[in-house]
Amino acid sequence: MISSASSFDRRHLLGINGLQPTEIVHLLDRAEEAVAVSRRPDKKTSVLKGRTQINLFFEASTRTQASFEIAGKRLGADVMNMSVANSSVKKGETLIDTAMTLNAMQPDILIVRHHAAGAVALLSQKVACSVVNAGDGQHEHPTQALLDALTIRRHKGSEFQHLTVVICGDVLHSRVARSNILLLNALGARVRVVAPSTLLPRGIEQMGVEIVHDMREGLKDADVVMMLRLQRERMEGAFVPSVREYFRYFGLDAEKLAHAKPDALVMHPGPMNRGVEIASDIADGPQSVIEEQVEMGVAVRMAVIATLIGQTGGPR
Amino acid sequence: MIASANQNAPFESGRPLLIENVRVVDPARNLDTHGAVLVADGKIVAAGPEVLNQGAPDGAERIDGKGLTLIPGLVDARVFIGEPGGEHLETIRTASLAAAAGGVTSIVTMPDTHPVIDDVAIAEFVMRTARDTAVVNVFPAAAMTRGLEGKEMTEIGLLKDAGVVAFTDGRHTISDPALLRRIMTYARDHGALVMHSTQDLQLTGRGVMNEGLFASWLGLPGAPAEAEIIPLERDLRLAGLTACRYHAAEVSLAESADVVRAAKRRGVKASAGVSINHLSLNENDIGEYRTYFRLSPPLRHEDDRMAIVEALKDGTIDIVHSAHDPQDADRKRRPFAEAESGAIGLETLLAAALRLHFSNDVPLMRLIETMTSAPARLLGIDRGTLIAGRPADFTLVDLDEPFLFDETMIRSKSKNTVFENARFQGRVMQTFVAGRRVYDAAATTEAEA
Repeated sequence: MISSASSFDRRHLLGINGLQPTEIVHLLDRAEEAVAVSRRPDKKTSVLKGRTQINLFFEASTRTQASFEIAGKRLGADVMNMSVANSSVKKGETLIDTAMTLNAMQPDILIVRHHAAGAVALLSQKVACSVVNAGDGQHEHPTQALLDALTIRRHKGSEFQHLTVVICGDVLHSRVARSNILLLNALGARVRVVAPSTLLPRGIEQMGVEIVHDMREGLKDADVVMMLRLQRERMEGAFVPSVREYFRYFGLDAEKLAHAKPDALVMHPGPMNRGVEIASDIADGPQSVIEEQVEMGVAVRMAVIATLIGQTGGPR
Repeated sequence: MIASANQNAPFESGRPLLIENVRVVDPARNLDTHGAVLVADGKIVAAGPEVLNQGAPDGAERIDGKGLTLIPGLVDARVFIGEPGGEHLETIRTASLAAAAGGVTSIVTMPDTHPVIDDVAIAEFVMRTARDTAVVNVFPAAAMTRGLEGKEMTEIGLLKDAGVVAFTDGRHTISDPALLRRIMTYARDHGALVMHSTQDLQLTGRGVMNEGLFASWLGLPGAPAEAEIIPLERDLRLAGLTACRYHAAEVSLAESADVVRAAKRRGVKASAGVSINHLSLNENDIGEYRTYFRLSPPLRHEDDRMAIVEALKDGTIDIVHSAHDPQDADRKRRPFAEAESGAIGLETLLAAALRLHFSNDVPLMRLIETMTSAPARLLGIDRGTLIAGRPADFTLVDLDEPFLFDETMIRSKSKNTVFENARFQGRVMQTFVAGRRVYDAAATTEAEA
């Protein structure tokens, strides 16, 4: 992972939008190397020895923050977590002020999650180090899309143009869906979304996807079924009438999954609502690669962090 | 600047002012001619081709207008100011300096201040402050409902008698149709003009830009077109019912223009306005979350922009305004959905509008009309024309002069322009209010301070 003739020479990873397919493949290839490192008994490397990584999470997250933290530590970086609960943001400090303050501490990379679309890009304009978008509002979540692609590639090979990927659920509020639609289209996959219309964004038909409102029809010929989380406040009358109605029509159970290809992968970005968007036996079943996604998440984040810091030159 | 040095001094009435050898454009008389303009006692004596038939009056100050075009001073019907309550954003004085630099000689101020202009005392405060500090004419609009809360009618009669030219809830839209109907009915008895913004709050929801593909990719909640069209249609129906003088303050969609067109055809006494921003820009200008382009109503699709330009040309839309809305950097340097909406525009109104003339979209006469005589007529003020006897409010423009609008030129206290580094053609060289020079491009900036 140390010396790579990089075909990814950006300072930040703010989204999938704008990435070339070669850049995506480059990151996936580096992530494969990281998978091997992570499976060794001694997982620690010194690639980023002496470097500082700050995880700045304006929005609560356990899984993603832990994944970035482990990724940074396995690369040998010093990792600091800063969550909104114990930051001065609550005292009225603006995003820009926070960025300037952290920048003055000379970090090498900032991992940022924020509840507002575009906030991470805004912050990246004010700092001298690399910035990774760990999710900004309903905009993008690029490392999630990369880890999903890595998981798919390990099972289905790199010929994405032969694959049909079905994304099911709350596309409207999902940054994961946007990043995945962009990435899968960039790699040539056929992408279909299945959701009630109240959970689809305006203009979805121009986003390079097929739209199906019937899940059985939508799962036909699917190689990959990606389920999206439906947040609780959206399931009781606001966007769909009830949990039970949603599960009836859009929850992934054995009967519906039978309409997909027999070897279709079942994926979920987590955390899951068992019995809402996915039945427990499917989540834990043989087609599920949900746990593997978590493992790939660490690998992809190692690859992204190492690549971005690699761009900014050697030790100072 | 000359006026600011002695603005409380009585006008020097002894010496007439003659601008000669100039192109004179006066839409109220459909006049576009080579000629001269003679001013005395702060009023227009004559403007046109035959002014000098009797020769120049003795002792007149003479300005050679060679290469320049003289138009009536612009009347801007939608200007937000920070005074009272937000003087760090803009004062009446700084807004007036910005206006003068943009060739705007009359501004109608919105009631969205702290406290709200919903009471005679506050309206009088604005008029008094304007008299003492402003270099252009300031005509306050007052709130239609107390505190802009959309609940109780303001004292429309008393406010109108005090000098208020229009009634509006500014940025706000009254949601209760029964209340709006009563306000319109009452306003009709007083011959008062009701100017209403039409953005349905509930349908807009959390929407911060035009709903559509672009918003969806950005992950920003959108406001649907119907959030503007539905209240607009409602208002026009009520205007028909009440026979009130109604002005749709902010029309931004092709379909809104259609709705206004249909209402006018039915005989409704309605007019419509559009901001220069919506005539000049579209949603794509937001790019990567550029918060200066967050506006209300939001910037729309290019098809909408083209349709409202057409509606301006054919008279469906009556007036163009700046929607000048100063916001400081702190309120704009935020994630898009958390930033304030609004952009300043007094200084760029004319220059940006002239683009529509140079692109052959709207003829010069019509364009100037929509910013001078049309709003003046609507507001019932004796401005916006060069007819003899009227106050001598006019501006001298060099239509051939290109310029780059950069931040250092901004006279407004707030710098939130959507035209930073824009290339314009048509520069304001001098502006006069009641015969007094209030802006001179040749003068140094120190003189204005």
